[in-house]
Amino acid sequence: MAAINPQSTVLSNVVPKKSSMLARRESGWGLVFIAPWIIGFLLFTLIPMAASLVLSFTNYELLNPEEMSFIGLSNYARMARDPMVGHSLWITVKFGLLAVPITIALTLGIALLVNHPRLFGKRIFRTLFYMPSIIPVVAVTLIWGGVLNGQSGWLNRMLEVVGINGPNWILSETWVYPALMFMGFWGIGGGMLIMLAGLQGVPTELYDAAKVDGAGPLRRFWNITLPMISPVIFYILVTSLIGLSQYFTQPYVMTNGTGDPNNATMFFNINLYKEAFRFQEMGYASAQGWLMFSIVIVTTIVLFWSARYWVYYAGGDE
Amino acid sequence: MNKMATRTIARSNTPVGPSSALFKQMRGLVATGSFTLFGLMVLSIFLMPLAYMVTQSLKDEAQISDVSGPLWPAAAATFEYEGEQVPVYNVPTEEGMQSWALVKKGREVSSFVDPANPEAGLIEWEGRWRTLTPAWTFAPRWENYSTAWRTSRFTLLLRNTLMIAVPSTIGAVASSIIVAYGFSRFRFPGKKLLFIILLGTIILPFWVTLIPTYALYQRIGWVGTFLPLIVPHFFANAWNVFLLRQYLMGIPRELDEAAMIDGAGPFRILISVILPQAAPAVTAVTLFHFFWAWNDFFGPLIYLSGKQDLFPISVGIMNFNAIYSVEPHLIQSIAVLALVIPITIFFFAQQFFMQGVKITGVEK
Repeated sequence: MAAINPQSTVLSNVVPKKSSMLARRESGWGLVFIAPWIIGFLLFTLIPMAASLVLSFTNYELLNPEEMSFIGLSNYARMARDPMVGHSLWITVKFGLLAVPITIALTLGIALLVNHPRLFGKRIFRTLFYMPSIIPVVAVTLIWGGVLNGQSGWLNRMLEVVGINGPNWILSETWVYPALMFMGFWGIGGGMLIMLAGLQGVPTELYDAAKVDGAGPLRRFWNITLPMISPVIFYILVTSLIGLSQYFTQPYVMTNGTGDPNNATMFFNINLYKEAFRFQEMGYASAQGWLMFSIVIVTTIVLFWSARYWVYYAGGDE
Repeated sequence: MNKMATRTIARSNTPVGPSSALFKQMRGLVATGSFTLFGLMVLSIFLMPLAYMVTQSLKDEAQISDVSGPLWPAAAATFEYEGEQVPVYNVPTEEGMQSWALVKKGREVSSFVDPANPEAGLIEWEGRWRTLTPAWTFAPRWENYSTAWRTSRFTLLLRNTLMIAVPSTIGAVASSIIVAYGFSRFRFPGKKLLFIILLGTIILPFWVTLIPTYALYQRIGWVGTFLPLIVPHFFANAWNVFLLRQYLMGIPRELDEAAMIDGAGPFRILISVILPQAAPAVTAVTLFHFFWAWNDFFGPLIYLSGKQDLFPISVGIMNFNAIYSVEPHLIQSIAVLALVIPITIFFFAQQFFMQGVKITGVEK
């Protein structure tokens, strides 16, 4: 780029003094332009974060802030004893262990489908597989709530055709997790397109070379496709983890926030919402928020550490 | 690029003879056909709930609870005979199944009339009419939509949604362009660190900042207004800035440098050089943010709690769901109302969505 435009090189090489003044002016402008974000970051992120950390050591209640006092680590000790915190955390993790791998596998499967050379009308397929991703989540929950109805829902009617007596999905403590996972399937559109871009980025020479060496389609998938798109899978894994840490709307809408059946859908954020906005225990809720934050950070670090063992970067260290 | 490569490879396949070429082509067509059929099957299972939603939304209450009823929206067929509505049944006869209207009920023998040919008079049929199945006619209840619209006060929900989504989108897009411009075109100390911090905010759980922010909004009287849902978006957000920055990095600097030599300042360059070049990315970000704001549930849930007149669609239909859970057909009608606008916009602007996701892999 520099070669096309000799002007800039001339400026920086021949007139060093003037260039340092330009650099100062440039950095001034840069800061002016990013100022909105810096102000927003301080106002809506950094200061509130510090405040919530402080609040987590108090018994702050929204209704009577005057009576706030420091209670040390009591909130954290209470959290360790609180069975609902443990339970809500456990079912969130359990749901993640079930839904994240299956959803990623499905995303990859659909991406392979809409990338297949034998598929006619790829564009239309891609558009239609993406489409449910833009349906409002509340509407998605209502639609799937109907489909998964034990009696009148179509899923059980379809299962009946193949001779399976379907469970009462939403009302069952066991089957409510797959039910929520199915709802999540409608959000794979973005991941599908990213995977698709990853698949299209695999150099065709690799496949040609493997074919010459006599590798079958399964071998080629395992030894070429998967390693080549592992960075994409890693990216989707990280975003899924973030999504899980913020999981709220689907279970909340489905059960009107009751956590039915028998607290099986009392996910971490729903329990926390109740703690904060029904019981108004803001100090305790802040402590729980920080618990979730620490878990997310630790998991992210572990994921990034593990990446060196299974994520392949073609460009070396980037 | 890749697509083109495969296409040329396919074309360069030199046929050995005319018959083998034909055979190869046939085999290709059959393979494409069967694979596409497989794709259609997967797609129809994937989109099945949409069909469920549409058919349920058009049914009447009686049919929903009747498990023996057909899957499509239907009503028990009736026929007007001598000024009276009589039910139509599927009657097994020697000429096969007939749809006849039951005029006179009897224990062992009943009188029917053929609705297609009422002049022929009464037909006596031996058998118990109670064992017959009723005939259904296709009867979509379009009025479900107007009922759902009215009872959910959808006009109000729509107005509130737009009053939140439009200003928040304007703020988010304008501020994100400015910040992305700063990150992509200027060198300043600490730039790399600041950008990492910006990206780091993506993993931040909302609870870590929520409670003090909520307490602050309450103190300044913003809780119960749209302000907490709009104002913070005027300070740029990580996803939007990241997507725009990636795109701006791809716009050649020669263009701004040429404008600079002509005496344009940084703001002029942003507006007259960068913006026109970045139109696809700006459109993508606008759409993403607009839909995000349209769908946002948690924000309105906590900040507009109890203010029924300010509810946007997301919270409004959740409320509707809680109240009308005994009327599943209306729940599906409201789902149709809630998704029809986003889906329509999506189909008109789908190439921007699909490109936007692909540029950087960013999607809210």
